Amino acid sequence: MHLMHMNAGEFVFPNDLNGVAWTIMIVLYPYITGLVAGAFVVAALYHVFGKKELAPVAKFALAASFSFAAFATTPLLLHLHQPQRAFNIMFMPNFTSAMAGFGFIYSFYLTLLAVEILLVFRKDIVERAQSSKGVVRLLYFALALGVVHHTPKSRAVDAKWIAALSVIGIPSACVLHGYVGFIFGGIKANPWWSTALMPVIFLSSAIVSGVAMLVLLYMLISKLRRQPVDDECLRSMMRTLWLFLVLAVTLESLELLNMAYEAGAEWHMLSQLITDKLAFSFQVLQIGLGSAIPLVLLPIGFAKSRSPAMRRAIGVFTGLLVLMQVLSMRWNVVIGGQLLSKSFRGFVSYTPELGGHEGLLVGIAVFCLPFVLLTVVSQILPLWTGEEDHGH
Amino acid sequence: MSSQNTQTRREFMWDAVKTFTFGTLTLTAIPMLVGEAQATDQGHSEGEGGKKGTILFGYLVDTTKCIGCGNCMVACKRENDVPDGEFRTWVERYVYYKDGRVQVDMVTAEPFAFAGKSPIDPKTVEKAFFVPKLCNHCINTPCIQVCPVGASFMSPEGVVLVDPLQCIGCAYCVQACPFGTRFINHKTNVADKCTWCYHRIKHGAKPACVDACPTGTRIFGDMNDPESDISKSLGENRIDVLKSYLGTRPKTRYIGLTAEVV
Repeated sequence: MHLMHMNAGEFVFPNDLNGVAWTIMIVLYPYITGLVAGAFVVAALYHVFGKKELAPVAKFALAASFSFAAFATTPLLLHLHQPQRAFNIMFMPNFTSAMAGFGFIYSFYLTLLAVEILLVFRKDIVERAQSSKGVVRLLYFALALGVVHHTPKSRAVDAKWIAALSVIGIPSACVLHGYVGFIFGGIKANPWWSTALMPVIFLSSAIVSGVAMLVLLYMLISKLRRQPVDDECLRSMMRTLWLFLVLAVTLESLELLNMAYEAGAEWHMLSQLITDKLAFSFQVLQIGLGSAIPLVLLPIGFAKSRSPAMRRAIGVFTGLLVLMQVLSMRWNVVIGGQLLSKSFRGFVSYTPELGGHEGLLVGIAVFCLPFVLLTVVSQILPLWTGEEDHGH
Repeated sequence: MSSQNTQTRREFMWDAVKTFTFGTLTLTAIPMLVGEAQATDQGHSEGEGGKKGTILFGYLVDTTKCIGCGNCMVACKRENDVPDGEFRTWVERYVYYKDGRVQVDMVTAEPFAFAGKSPIDPKTVEKAFFVPKLCNHCINTPCIQVCPVGASFMSPEGVVLVDPLQCIGCAYCVQACPFGTRFINHKTNVADKCTWCYHRIKHGAKPACVDACPTGTRIFGDMNDPESDISKSLGENRIDVLKSYLGTRPKTRYIGLTAEVV
């Protein structure tokens, strides 16, 4: 009899042999969405929680959050097999689907970010609309929504709305990213995904990635602008990063510990996932390099006695490691969960292709898009002036 | 502008916001709640997801009769134009060796006859059997639940179907199906699955795989009809379903499963 032989004892459901249904695009999607939430948290720490030392990056953080949010759906569009029907998710949503809420939550959050940015920069926009001419004036006139004057009273109203939007923005960011985790956590068919911890794990690692990205961008852009890095600001961001990293790593460990301790029916397969199939991306990248080293180095970096130069060096190094940690965590969840066939008797493999609309090159290009937008935004709006100092 | 006018406009705006919010919530919540109640009611009164006095299709696989010929797989592929390497149905082989090993593999669709494989020495085998697989057409369907646009739905006869004109190809249903029976069809670029040959059964015929089976392994019919073959077989045999612990309540049921079959 002609049989499709796997290794002894192994068997993969035949439809699983065609490769994973969710590729690196679905790895990128929660990664980019996470950066949105994380960057927003930094802005909110300033606007809502009075972390005044974060003033140098507060405006930039909002713009960064918006730039990432603007492209959070791009990988999804590239992934859809019928992208022309993408908006059906909002026009004809099936509300029993965890995915159906996406369009609404995402649109709400993007709108909130856009409005908050317009309000935060309103004074600059209005002043530039008044002082510029031609197309440039048209641009600022549009951004000012046609009202090109401001008064102390109007600014006070704006300030109230900025505070309100920041307050609303925090739970919104939690919902946005918690929801992304729920997409995976709510799939009972997949024991690697199905855990109530998934949304909080996604949320905490999202904040981690966003703060790490801001640490890096702040230092990179300061270097490009030949401006000094505000040591207190950097120190505060590194403390925040460490706090949320502790939370993220604790939750990730708890999830794993729980699985291992319960050692349920599928544990013999899940343990192979960790020790074999994801050995490098999980043990080395996510836990070793990405979690352990930054957990130790960050407190050394944010210690008050550290020299600013040393602090910056540790900030860059740990920032890069943490960004890699979160990316590998997304990979280990999204791809890892699909390597395990639902026969629970075998694994499939996945190597991203280089070309193609779900390939590595397109993935890298998509990830570059937010930075392009951020550059454009930085040309239009004064992201780096202090909150009270609007001079140019 | 007098303050009286501003006040009025503000009041008007607030009223508009309140009306919109309340109206939207009411309009969306009521159908959802009613829909939920109807679904619950169906589940309780019928127990199977169908309506009384109507047809409720079911499928029974008698694994004790399957000889692993693969006729069903070929018939399905031809009937439904299933692309190579994608499967609406397949047949698994379980071989239990005397040394304790369990070997699981799959009968290929083509060529399905004895070809190119050295036979297993029967002296080393304790027992062996075949298990045909297909969509379980669950009552509590995770696939319909997760479809973001409602392209996956259940027919009035309890058949789980995909509307290829609505499917956005997100593959969430592929992830949610615990049985590996859904796939993205690479010819049509939408989610694909066993339909129990809905185009045939609507006209009183049997699914292609059932007609193609030479041993009567695959039994299909109306579970609401007490005289149907499936109703009789369900009544006479000890019945099991796949992954019952997930609570999906499959309408594809089995005779002769063992713990190794998932």
